[in-house]
Amino acid sequence: MGVGIEVSELNAWYGSNHTLQNINLRIPANHATALIGPSGCGKSTFVRCLNRMHETNPVGRVTGSVLIGQLDIYTQASPVEIRRRVGMVFQRPNPFPTMSIYDNVASGLRLNGYRNRVVLDEVVQRSLEQAALWEEVKDDLKKKSGASLSGGQQQRLCIARALAVDPEVMLMDEPASALDPVSTAKIEDLIFQLKSQYTIVIVTHNMQQAARVAENTGFFLNGRLVEFDATHKIFTNPRDKRTEDYITGRFG
Amino acid sequence: MEIRIQVPNVAGESERIQKPAGSSFPDSGSSQSPARAFLQSRRSSAFADRIFSAVILLCALCIFAIVALILYELVSGSRLSIDKFGVAFFFRSAWDPVNGDYGAFPFIYGTLVSSILALIIAVPLAVGVAVFLTEMCPGFLRAPLAFVTELLAAIPSVVYGLWAIFVLVPLLRDSVNPFLIRVLGWSGLFVEPNYGVGMFAGGVILAIMILPIVSSLTREVISAVPQAQREAALALGATRWEMIRMGVLRNARIGIVGAIILGLGRALGETMAVTMVIGNRPEISRSLLDLGYSMASVIANEFSEASDNLYLSALIEIGLALFIVTIVVNALARVLVWAVTRGAPVRGA
Amino acid sequence: MAARELRAPRRLRSSNRIRRMLANHLATTAAVASTILVMAPLVAIFFYLLYKGASSLNLAFFTRPPAPVGETGGGMGNAILGSAILLGIASALGVPIGIAAGIYVAEFGRGGRLANTIRFTADVLNGVPSIVMGVSVYALIVLPQKHFSAFSGGVALGIMMIPTITRTTEEMLLMVPLSVREAALGLGVPRWRSVLSITLRTASPGVITGCMLAFARVAGETAPLLFTAFGNQFWSTSINQPIAALPLQIFVYATSPYDDWHRLAWAGSLVLILLIVVSVGLVRYVAGRGVLRGAS
Repeated sequence: MGVGIEVSELNAWYGSNHTLQNINLRIPANHATALIGPSGCGKSTFVRCLNRMHETNPVGRVTGSVLIGQLDIYTQASPVEIRRRVGMVFQRPNPFPTMSIYDNVASGLRLNGYRNRVVLDEVVQRSLEQAALWEEVKDDLKKKSGASLSGGQQQRLCIARALAVDPEVMLMDEPASALDPVSTAKIEDLIFQLKSQYTIVIVTHNMQQAARVAENTGFFLNGRLVEFDATHKIFTNPRDKRTEDYITGRFG
Repeated sequence: MEIRIQVPNVAGESERIQKPAGSSFPDSGSSQSPARAFLQSRRSSAFADRIFSAVILLCALCIFAIVALILYELVSGSRLSIDKFGVAFFFRSAWDPVNGDYGAFPFIYGTLVSSILALIIAVPLAVGVAVFLTEMCPGFLRAPLAFVTELLAAIPSVVYGLWAIFVLVPLLRDSVNPFLIRVLGWSGLFVEPNYGVGMFAGGVILAIMILPIVSSLTREVISAVPQAQREAALALGATRWEMIRMGVLRNARIGIVGAIILGLGRALGETMAVTMVIGNRPEISRSLLDLGYSMASVIANEFSEASDNLYLSALIEIGLALFIVTIVVNALARVLVWAVTRGAPVRGA
Repeated sequence: MAARELRAPRRLRSSNRIRRMLANHLATTAAVASTILVMAPLVAIFFYLLYKGASSLNLAFFTRPPAPVGETGGGMGNAILGSAILLGIASALGVPIGIAAGIYVAEFGRGGRLANTIRFTADVLNGVPSIVMGVSVYALIVLPQKHFSAFSGGVALGIMMIPTITRTTEEMLLMVPLSVREAALGLGVPRWRSVLSITLRTASPGVITGCMLAFARVAGETAPLLFTAFGNQFWSTSINQPIAALPLQIFVYATSPYDDWHRLAWAGSLVLILLIVVSVGLVRYVAGRGVLRGAS
């Protein structure tokens, strides 16, 4: 089961560029939450702060606090520990090119030293089933490399890889933006399935996608969280004028 | 990479936290899967990471240490000779182990002359090959020819030397040298005695040995010239040669000079093949057909026979000089090649 | 008037055209000729080696040590074994340090001043003449120990492997896409694990290529062994004793006055060349199949 996220006074910088300013937000557990906004508004930076990926950039800097469940990720744990609990799916599918499908899914456990083959087999199958990929790949799990799959399959493989470590939170940074419409629909179905068990935060530039998959939606603009509310409210009756401008297409 | 985090006091800030209406906010899930339980039991890897990066850094610093050690050993090994002869060591022609009198000039002369000879022979050929391979070669020939050039670079020095002794030297002695004496004898550079071995043979074998490196670097530099430069020349109605001359060679000349200097660096330090054909006599002669000696060869030949400390020290000082000269030459060449291929990935030389 | 004015340049142009075409053909011929002239020595060396060497290769060459002066027969078995031992020591030293330094330059210090200095120093080390390397290792190891040894020879060769391996490792690691590194970090894989099991593994075909090239290069080195490994007429496997090496033995035999030894020198050269050609060929085959096949 997933846990909630509580963000307070989060600020982030790229070098001298203040990309996130005073973000305060509560993301509920076991729901999908969408983050929308024009490109460069800080939504990607925001999710990268939720698993401390932002600081892997040499010029990245973060202040503030993020509670995942009851754990303050910036003071009470190391980045590696956080990332084991908070899965991430990236914009472009990035399976490990030299690994088979099986090894890709098992990598999160194996690379952390897990060796029990029986459990690994189970985990790989369950994760691929959850990612709706099992039927397509079950016959050549160990024969085919992860890179030999199609783009949409690769992205589902990456989702399976993230699910295999049974994270409490799943971050998805525009997971469907590099995919064709059919693959996108599959990914959206998947999010719909998964959100009862995991807390999902999905960044998207596609407002229809946000409306389809997420209970709650946040609107980012120029590094600030302008509005955060139930999705239907954001799209039908936004409180803020800027949100209204953006969702009705009057913005930029 | 350490990131400093400021943690503001969150107590009492909850008013400002945006919260969707009617959502629940449960605590951490109570049901734990085996995967999650395992991963949460794993400790932070910070310690292992720190050890790993320390080991990696140590290995990287090894490269500094090696160069520093080489320099230190050479300097301390040649102290005796430096103290005794000073700078004059490099300008004296004496080489008399019996009386303990040493000067490096004949070796420096031999190294310079054989290397320059090698460049004179190799550079036009190398540029020709590079131009042919990049600009004229039919596609199906390019890969095999590049492979052959690469193989030429991979042949060990001692095998070149063996071939030179038994094939090149007889060829020079019986056909090439008599011809050169007849045609260029007036210059005093090619006169009897004609042993076959000697400075000229050393220069020829060096030329063959540096050809691959010079031509492959030249090829790299020429390939880095933007296609637009070639098209611009062709569009003006240039013939292919004019296009190469104006559009390609002119733009690439700094890099070609770099390639040549890198070839010079190789030639200066080349040991075995030269030792096997240069004649090994520490005297200076105007005729290129006469016997000579080079810095690397004298070390190779006499180092393990050097009976007393001063003799050894003089040889090490020659090594030190060779070390410094090749470093300067190589650094210069790298800078020049970089200036042209900057941005393009540098292939291993 | 007008016609005459036009005619002069036209005449000029036609003679000019002939000159230009001539220059063009001349240059083409020169380029083709120089290519042939460059390829000729290789073909000559290779066929001469095959011709001279193959006739001298027999079982004894691989199994016997050199015969005493005056006796015919004998082989280079001890030199082949010696080269294998020397190259083993060299690889044990050069490969880990070279790869680790490459990892530092590409992963940990990327773009930093220290990394750039290390890269430059590696290039400098690459240009150090092999004879100078021999002198330095002599002063460093042989002189304090007071005897020649296989160990010192292996160290000299190992040091010479480092720069090539470092530079190729760095280049190959830089070709691994950032997204692959991020995927590993995003899974909560420790940095060391992600560098070794993901980045290095993804780049491994290229890294292996670099190691093979470095190996092939030092396999034929003679100069650094002259006063370190020194050579040995007998079988030896001790790393504390002087040891024979194929290139050393070729040098000794080539410069000797005996026909029988010349014959062995040719055979030894053929073996050495085959070893090198096979590894360079293998490298090209691996590299040609795509260093990072499948990596986006």
